[in-house]
Amino acid sequence: MSKSERPNPLFRNLNAKVASIPMILTAGVVFVGGTLWTVLYSFTNSKLLPRLNFVGLDQYYRLWVTPRWLISIENLLIYGAISLVFSLVIGFLLAALLDQKIRFEDTFRTIFLYPFALSFIVTGLVWQWLLNPDFGIQHVVRGLGWDSFSFDPLYNSSIVIYGISIAALWQGTGLIMCLMLAGLRGIDEDIWKAARVDGIPMWKTYLFIVIPMMRPVFITTLVIIASGIVKVYDLVVAQTSGGPGIASEVPAKYVYDYMFFAQNLGQGFAASTMMLLSVVIVIVPWAYLEFGRRK
Amino acid sequence: MSMANTAAPAIAAASQDIAGPYGPKPRRMFSRRNIFLYGTLFVIAAYYLLPLYVMVVTSLKGMPEIRLGNIFSPPLEITFEPWVKAWSTACTGLNCDGLSRGFWNSVRITVPSVLLSIAIASVNGYALANWRFKGADTFFIILIVGAFIPYQVMIYPIVIILREIGLYGSLSGLVIVHSIFGMPILTLLFRNYFSSMPEELFRAARVDGAGFWGIFLRIMLPMSLPIFVVAIILQVTGIWNDFLFGVVYTRPDTYPMTVQLNNIVNSVQGVKEYNVNMAATILTGLVPLIVYFISGKLFVRGIAAGAVKG
Amino acid sequence: MTAANGTSVSIQDLSLNFGAVTVLETLNLDVANGEFIVLLGPSGCGKSTLLNCIAGLLDVSEGRIFIKGKNVTWEEPKDRGIGMVFQSYALYPQMTVEKNLSFGLRVAGTPKDEIAKRIARAAEILQIEPLLQRKPAALSGGQRQRVAIGRALVRDVDVFLFDEPLSNLDAKLRAELRVEIKLLHRKLQNTMIYVTHDQIEAMTLADRIAVMKGGVIQQLDAPQTIYNRPVNRFVAGFLGSPAMNFIDGQVSAGTAFKTGDVSIPLDRYAFDAAGNGGGPCVFGIRPEHVAFGEAANTMPFATDAAVEIVEPMGSDTLVWTKLGGHNFSFRVEAEKTLRNGEPIRIGFDPARASLFDSQSGNRM
Repeated sequence: MSKSERPNPLFRNLNAKVASIPMILTAGVVFVGGTLWTVLYSFTNSKLLPRLNFVGLDQYYRLWVTPRWLISIENLLIYGAISLVFSLVIGFLLAALLDQKIRFEDTFRTIFLYPFALSFIVTGLVWQWLLNPDFGIQHVVRGLGWDSFSFDPLYNSSIVIYGISIAALWQGTGLIMCLMLAGLRGIDEDIWKAARVDGIPMWKTYLFIVIPMMRPVFITTLVIIASGIVKVYDLVVAQTSGGPGIASEVPAKYVYDYMFFAQNLGQGFAASTMMLLSVVIVIVPWAYLEFGRRK
Repeated sequence: MSMANTAAPAIAAASQDIAGPYGPKPRRMFSRRNIFLYGTLFVIAAYYLLPLYVMVVTSLKGMPEIRLGNIFSPPLEITFEPWVKAWSTACTGLNCDGLSRGFWNSVRITVPSVLLSIAIASVNGYALANWRFKGADTFFIILIVGAFIPYQVMIYPIVIILREIGLYGSLSGLVIVHSIFGMPILTLLFRNYFSSMPEELFRAARVDGAGFWGIFLRIMLPMSLPIFVVAIILQVTGIWNDFLFGVVYTRPDTYPMTVQLNNIVNSVQGVKEYNVNMAATILTGLVPLIVYFISGKLFVRGIAAGAVKG
Repeated sequence: MTAANGTSVSIQDLSLNFGAVTVLETLNLDVANGEFIVLLGPSGCGKSTLLNCIAGLLDVSEGRIFIKGKNVTWEEPKDRGIGMVFQSYALYPQMTVEKNLSFGLRVAGTPKDEIAKRIARAAEILQIEPLLQRKPAALSGGQRQRVAIGRALVRDVDVFLFDEPLSNLDAKLRAELRVEIKLLHRKLQNTMIYVTHDQIEAMTLADRIAVMKGGVIQQLDAPQTIYNRPVNRFVAGFLGSPAMNFIDGQVSAGTAFKTGDVSIPLDRYAFDAAGNGGGPCVFGIRPEHVAFGEAANTMPFATDAAVEIVEPMGSDTLVWTKLGGHNFSFRVEAEKTLRNGEPIRIGFDPARASLFDSQSGNRM
């Protein structure tokens, strides 16, 4: 066979390849290239502009002795733990309640989910108002005669992160409920019937049969919640701007502030690389469990 | 059901002596189970609705009333002035022409971003589902894994890229950013949808001589209306609600609505006007809320598709 | 049939409505002790719904249900003395087979040695002893179905309910398990109520079949009676494969059935008590009741026809022809070779036929 007759394999599916250029550029240049670039520059002492002046792990040493970063990490852990536990528990309980063949199921679901349509900025501002000690819940309860009542999480640095979590849960549990409800609806109706014939009480059916069957749903939900936790930024900006003082700082805000305000790019890159590392620690085992075993 | 419930006990009572229980098991409307179930649901629903309610009533009150009253009480005197002010004259610290500027910026950002991101992602999904070329899956996996990378890691490299092509700070630049970060989830959505369509359809079209674009435009597109609606819902709410990219990639005069809202509410100058703030907050939340209430089940399907399969 | 000493399950005037839709209509059914009853019908006929009502998984709208003489209409499923086997097996996937069998008993607080005894017995009967420590995912479809039966077995109940238990299995396995269920019934002598849409399962397993349509039992009889003397056109058409031949025509007062230029004498046909008033009707005859060739001439009715299509089925062959202008099929041995267009002689005994009123569809 002569060479001219064989089509160049590069041109096979040419249209598909041309159409995929945006995807290839995004995946290759932005996701891989951008990530590598940031990691690389996290080892430099870049200030206002990125410069390839390597200083080893200096940025990381500085990062881990900066109180603001340590507080950010601590906040992220508390916020993360609260988000994970409560959104899973509340989300599942709400889904289980809605799964009882109730009337107005659609109405209830619409109510529980609408906050999810709102942005974190809107969520944060509403809860800032509700938690305002001079006008909000604290003021109203005091007005009822309980003068010593105190509920001002956004102005109390030791509990401010819990105040932020309240808003986050209000916004996000509806989504978890929906995922859980879809999972519950995916359970074979016959399983429920079999459990009833076996005389297993409903709570035991949930606990010992249905929840174990929903393991994949729980894992996926966990990953979704976890990746949302690391990204938390807008909510804090809207609710407290990191205050009082630096009490409600989070890593994402640290990165942004160092990159665009403190003109200390190196610190920003190091901090963002740490964020990446935390995601890798969460995602890799999951991806391994989810996809590695299948192959 | 309710008719059966009321009619049955009479018959049951009459025939019980003869042969015992008859017809449906009598269920009281106010059984302990129902009281607990609906009681819990109503309390939780009230909790979820409370912020919305407070937002609305606060935005309709005058400042004197807010200072004296409590946030839950309905307005004694309804005033729409806060809404007018929030829309047209509220100050951000830089300018005083209200949220309207941000609203139009957001429209100018959202519309092209939604169109571009969906156009790119639907073609990607189609190519991945039906025209697998060597290496395509590699890029797809990178794309999906990339969805989990914190944005903070890629923010600065994108600043550099946009600066290089002269789009940093412009709306077009932000549109590109939204298209990039919307790509993983949308591509996945479309790929899964196109993969679920019968392969025979695609083969038959190829045998009939249709090519890459012909099949896409004349066969796949007309059959994919639902998934496009889902994608539009997903993108409109996502892009409208974005804050981070808006604040990073635009300048003050091109700030989207969320950024401007935050600047209005959290600006430190002047006296806080809580009613204006709440009116502004509602205005910003209105677009996604309308999308949500109109789309109903499709919204749920969108987030479920986006979340579960991801 | 096993000795029918007393009634096991009795359903009286049972109705079920979902809103305005009537799923079951004033239904009565008595099942004798140890009897094997099959509820047969197309999907949507209410057979599974009826089974769920008996199990207590659905609330009835009207009527009563007795099991072992006890009114259980308002009882929970677990208190009805029933065990149930589901189409999708409904095994608890994250529990071992042993745990699957014992879970209900443990929840009910049955003593440990009693549980062990019952599991050992069920495992022996069903020959699943080697599988006890496996999880359902590691079992084949047939093994899963056996475990599902085992779960009903350990409950030590009087009545077994089967909801299309073999529908998810392939044809070969289905035939095997069918035999096993029959053996199980013989061994246990329990009352069994079995829902299926598969007529072969119904014919092979049942002491009596209840053919259902539109929430109403059309006919309740022994399989042979249902097959040979269907009470209406629906039952006649639903049972039998290849299907019964139906020919539209007229019957003239007790003498003959006419269609086109064909006239079939009916003096040997046993009319129902209601008798025959004449008028439009449907004549039905099963393909295997048609004789062909020489044998046809010995029949009370015989006529000339021509072969149109030949369908070899392996064990026998189905031949299509025309009778009075209607498509008409009959069975011949597989060895017979017939060519298309070949003239043949066919005949049958009208005593084996069924006549249905065109309007009501009822047997005449």
